[in-house]
Amino acid sequence: MARVLGTRLLRLVATLFAVTFLSFLMTALLPGDPAVAVLGVEGVQNEELLLEVREELGLNDPIPVRYVNWLGRAVTGDLGESYINRGVPVAQTIQERIPVTAQLAVMAIIIALVLAIPLGVLGAYKESRWPDTASSAFAQIALSVPNFITGIFLIWLFSVTLRWLPASNWNRLGNGVVDNLKTSIMPATALAMTQMAIFSRLVRSDMIATLQENFVLAAKAKGLTDRFILLRHALRPSSLSLMTILGINFGALLGGTVVIETLFAIPGLGFRLINAISQRDIMVIQGITVFIAVVYVVINTVVDLLYAAVDPRIRRS
Amino acid sequence: MSDAFPQLETIPIPVATATEEVSASRFGWFRDMPILVKLSTGWLFLVVFGAIYAKLDESVFGGALPLQDPNLQTNNFNAETGEFGTGEPLEGPSASHWLGTDAIARDTFARLVHGAWVSLIVASVSATFGVVVGGLVGSLVGFVRGRFETVAMAVIDVILAFPALVLLLALVSIFEVRSLGLISFVIGVLSIPAYTRVARANSLAISNREFVLAAQAIGTRRRQILFREIIPNVLPTLLAYAMVAAAFVVVVEGTLSFLGLSVQLPQSTWGNMINQARRDLKVDISQVVWPSLALTLTVLALNQVGDYFQRRGAVRQSSL
Repeated sequence: MARVLGTRLLRLVATLFAVTFLSFLMTALLPGDPAVAVLGVEGVQNEELLLEVREELGLNDPIPVRYVNWLGRAVTGDLGESYINRGVPVAQTIQERIPVTAQLAVMAIIIALVLAIPLGVLGAYKESRWPDTASSAFAQIALSVPNFITGIFLIWLFSVTLRWLPASNWNRLGNGVVDNLKTSIMPATALAMTQMAIFSRLVRSDMIATLQENFVLAAKAKGLTDRFILLRHALRPSSLSLMTILGINFGALLGGTVVIETLFAIPGLGFRLINAISQRDIMVIQGITVFIAVVYVVINTVVDLLYAAVDPRIRRS
Repeated sequence: MSDAFPQLETIPIPVATATEEVSASRFGWFRDMPILVKLSTGWLFLVVFGAIYAKLDESVFGGALPLQDPNLQTNNFNAETGEFGTGEPLEGPSASHWLGTDAIARDTFARLVHGAWVSLIVASVSATFGVVVGGLVGSLVGFVRGRFETVAMAVIDVILAFPALVLLLALVSIFEVRSLGLISFVIGVLSIPAYTRVARANSLAISNREFVLAAQAIGTRRRQILFREIIPNVLPTLLAYAMVAAAFVVVVEGTLSFLGLSVQLPQSTWGNMINQARRDLKVDISQVVWPSLALTLTVLALNQVGDYFQRRGAVRQSSL
């Protein structure tokens, strides 16, 4: 276990360096002069001031030096300031918006699991009969509908037609759970559907394999009910690959929040990223990109390690 | 678990395992297709034909089919006749506008067919990049191994360490003018790592087969083994994977368009049609339905056909 831990952590560090370097390059290689962006149109006339700002931003140093300096600041939580909203640190923006995006992602995973596990278990239990065919077809379709389309149809159904839920905006959790749920349930469901499809297919195929094991036969011979065998005996060994895919799909989910937050006008990281892109606010784009990438890399490593901790076969190999 | 980071997050790496019987007759492959796969193939041909027809309508086909101008606002003032057009915004389906008109009275059917062109180009460019570059590099490193493999796979791990859509957004945001060529190129380059993974996994498996050992034993040159033995056997799996990957790419392009970050207007894409139509959701949902349906059916069809060929490819490999 210690060796697995060692190599994974080493890989984590290497990947983090590479990921941050790539994000850094984004601004370093960008056409145009960041100093001009900082000074604005009036400042550009002043040649001396321009040189001064360039020196201050370290634009005269070679790229590796600039990278180390930038990384040093980034690690201490200084990701620079927005070019557009002067004086607002990028780190502060991220800090304000992370609870929203995190809540959406977690809710989406919960909704996906709650729907996927019964569907997958049902499919495995009734393998090749109509409940299996129906749940597989449903998963296949859910997998093929892009999340923003699901979102629009949810809005049409629940906001436009039934008028039950608001079509956009966001109530923070602090303002009451019910108010928050009214604004978060639709976007979270839209995010969850694709994941649900992936999870249920996985649970189904793993469950089919587990149901052929001898211990299931033994449990049947003991006279345990099917329901008890399915939920108490077979589900846990069938959920190992579900665990890995959970971590892996977190990245897809973070990508998905970008679209869904934009569609529902939710003040999360993704919506801010899209705004920054349309304003060409490079520091914000860079900050959010590097933040999401680092979170993603770290989560993947943690999931890998958890997986190794749970399954002894991986520990040994 | 050596592959820690996923590619195209949702798609597992296909490696050969036998699952079903294959008919021996020459054209049996078509007869044996499940009905859904046949329908899917039909839909995909329709989309490809529509896209190509839309692009070459004037120059090659000379307007043989009555496809309208996707950018003509049919209620516009016409200077030649001195009259306003007869179209209305947000019309329902009719003989003159099969799927009705959009918010500024443009023919939805024409925009839909022209939108297929963007999806087709992005998907084909990314598949070509993936199969050619990813296939070559993956087959090579899976066969040769060694330090080159370590370096190549490390680079790929880093690219795949970003959530795909976020990396794409960051890259696209650098460019102010976003042409179809640029979007296809960026998505194409980002597709390469996933294909490399698949090609390498299959190349690794094939490199250990008896016929490769035999070729090595009689002293065949490595280059010849790579091109005669490895690549021909990696290719079927890779092409089947390309279908599934194309489904993912079509969704990604749709998402970019929906966010207004893909090809510029007035070029219609399914994603930007959905984005424009959703503003009139309260009045008319049908304008959202058509492009959504086209996008979803195409993704569904690509998945069906890709899955099918992956299963078949697996059988063929196992019987080698």
